[in-house]
Amino acid sequence: MFYRESGEFKTSYSEDQQSFPIAFDRWFVRVVLLFAFLVVPFFINDYWEKSVLIPFLVWSMAALGLNILTGYCGQVSLGTGGFMAVGAYAAYKLMTGFPEMNMLIVIIMSGGITAMVGILFGLPSLRIKGFYLAVATLASQFFLVWLFNKVPWFYNFSASGMITSPERTMFGVAITGPNAPSWATYLFCLTLLVVFAYIAKNLTRGRLGRSWMAIRDMDIAAEIIGVPPLQAKLSAFAVSSFYIGVAGAMFFTVYLGAAEPTEAFGIDKSFLVLFMIIIGGLGSIFGSFIGAALLILMPVLLKNIMVGLLGWPTDLVQHLIFMLIGGFIIFFLIVEPHGLAQLWRITKEKLRLWPFPH
Amino acid sequence: MKHKNLTAAALAVVMVIGTGVASADLVFPSLSYRTGPYAPNGIPFADGYADYFTLLNERDGGIGGEKTKLIECETGYNTEKGVECYESTKGEGALVYQPLSTGITYQLIPKATADGIPVHSMGYGRTSAANGKVFSHIFNYPGTYWDAASIIVKHIVDQEGGDVKGKKIALVYHNSAYGKEPIRTLEELSKKHGYELSLLAVDHPGQEQKSQWLQIRRERPDYVLMWGWGVMNQVAIQEAANIRYDMNKFIGVWWSASENDVLPAGDAANGYKAIAFHGVGADFGVFDDLKKYVVDAGKAAGDGSNLGTVLYNRGMYAAMLASEAAATAQKIHGVAAINPAQMRDGMEALQLSAARMTELGLEDFGPEINVTCENHGGPGLGAIQQWDAAAKEWKLITDFVGADREVVDALIMEDSAAFAAENSITPRDCG
Repeated sequence: MFYRESGEFKTSYSEDQQSFPIAFDRWFVRVVLLFAFLVVPFFINDYWEKSVLIPFLVWSMAALGLNILTGYCGQVSLGTGGFMAVGAYAAYKLMTGFPEMNMLIVIIMSGGITAMVGILFGLPSLRIKGFYLAVATLASQFFLVWLFNKVPWFYNFSASGMITSPERTMFGVAITGPNAPSWATYLFCLTLLVVFAYIAKNLTRGRLGRSWMAIRDMDIAAEIIGVPPLQAKLSAFAVSSFYIGVAGAMFFTVYLGAAEPTEAFGIDKSFLVLFMIIIGGLGSIFGSFIGAALLILMPVLLKNIMVGLLGWPTDLVQHLIFMLIGGFIIFFLIVEPHGLAQLWRITKEKLRLWPFPH
Repeated sequence: MKHKNLTAAALAVVMVIGTGVASADLVFPSLSYRTGPYAPNGIPFADGYADYFTLLNERDGGIGGEKTKLIECETGYNTEKGVECYESTKGEGALVYQPLSTGITYQLIPKATADGIPVHSMGYGRTSAANGKVFSHIFNYPGTYWDAASIIVKHIVDQEGGDVKGKKIALVYHNSAYGKEPIRTLEELSKKHGYELSLLAVDHPGQEQKSQWLQIRRERPDYVLMWGWGVMNQVAIQEAANIRYDMNKFIGVWWSASENDVLPAGDAANGYKAIAFHGVGADFGVFDDLKKYVVDAGKAAGDGSNLGTVLYNRGMYAAMLASEAAATAQKIHGVAAINPAQMRDGMEALQLSAARMTELGLEDFGPEINVTCENHGGPGLGAIQQWDAAAKEWKLITDFVGADREVVDALIMEDSAAFAAENSITPRDCG
């Protein structure tokens, strides 16, 4: 009743092939986007920006990236933290090396550099699969973090090995640094995410996405019907690393403003993003968003309820949050092993038939 | 997207309710960590910090007649949570931040400066923040990492009878901004004194140090210095004991100097040395008051068993310095309910004499402090303390001595100038 296709007639190919063929979906996305672009910037404050929205946007971007590689192309990667570090350090070197460069270009170029590094580390995927590939990407994680610790050129020879993002502006408004207004950083990240999510959505519907999925579902069969594994796998690594690099660059420049490789881009970040896409839904753009929301916003929400509202001791709350998040993960995986996106898909099916299921 | 909106809506409700209570108290946020691999060190510090403010409220009715309010926020020594804690507490009128984490301090330096809230990174954080001309809102008195490195080297020189040429010194450090801080100073000092420096990084959280200590066993350095924190300290001391390294020649920074670090190794830790910037033990007048007004009244943050331990004392000392700065600010501005900007002025004008320390029940607990507009790093004095495993207590074995100012000050100038250039800051004129 709420969610139906009946009565919707497509009279042209372009209508039939649009990103959101169902009117309800289309309107829903439009309303959410209008709200995010036109309403939120007027009400955003520092807390919402730095603790809720920017982390959500940044991690959604990283989850999107990993979902392209793992969810769509079936190549398990544990190198996300390392690739984010590549994006962050590329952004740092570009920002300090070319102070006049536009932030948007810095971010895109950081993504490009990460894509190249991603292709390099994607090469083993042509020979090894599954768990073995996971171990190979794990090596990239440790290697990259070690590299950024070891070579002082990457952190401009600073005494502490810390990189800090200087103030950079776009259209005269600061985007990075402590004086950047909340609405500006928010809109900057939101725009990047929306544009790249749209591109990802269409990439996965197109020829490239279909070749990834063919490789994922059965690589030998895919090769027999004419999908070149070399191109498919490496393009997945490139696109995925690009997204993760952009996420890493935003993470460092806009969100944290200062970072060191071991803590900010450690192995736990790789696992965090992997959990996001597993819980959100492998092979689903929407799933990347819910996964990021669950793992990033849930702890903040729980903390605010238990410390802010109930006044419980902070250490008790922290331990409870660990247990609750763990419990949630197990619960969702038992109830719906295909992730929250599948749950949403089922809900949609039910809504189409409701209230007359038979 | 629907899910996100639901969460956001729920968050909005919580936030509105959570921040609804406004108060005129003096707010001191405590970015503590009572969970994770750094909790053994974070808990006593947070307890000491909280208990001293409780004592002020119970005994004196606050600072200058104004009650204090402590807001605790769990960071887990994690920078992202630290940022969340900062953002969630700064709106409540937070006067000064003491994050007890070099990583979080680095995050807060530009943010807090832009928001006009002072940060007191007492003996940690960015060393070059000691240059008050560049870092207007950041304070790290009474001493910095570079002071510590220099004083430790001085102690080694003394031990060796004035000549360390050709001696080998190894630094075991936490592979983070914190652990890397002393490297440049130690390198400069090695040029001056002619010792050989080798660097051994230990990755977070520091439970795995077998390879580092194997290397020490092979290279047999004459001295081992340690810049460790949390569980890393205990493991390092245990490993040193395992390879039977001479504990008299194993010296930690003041963050690798608590009871929690040496107790697990038992008798084997006997003789382990560390630098300290304040006194040890519970033999000070203030502890009687703490017992009477806080612990016995059932208002202690912990179970009260930590009184007199190194990190509890340090947390209490941090709170004392904050409250003295607040009192100074009240005097300067003539108002009881000070704001962060006034608190900053108070910190910059802080004068802590030996007489005042005695009045506070902390006779000879720490050095005299005179903060000025140029010097936010304090006197930079330190003493060497040694662990007595049989008595289970630390003993100061040297007097409080100063650092090699010639080397340290030059490095501070160099690093702060680099920061100023990177962030286009014009150094203040301190008149």
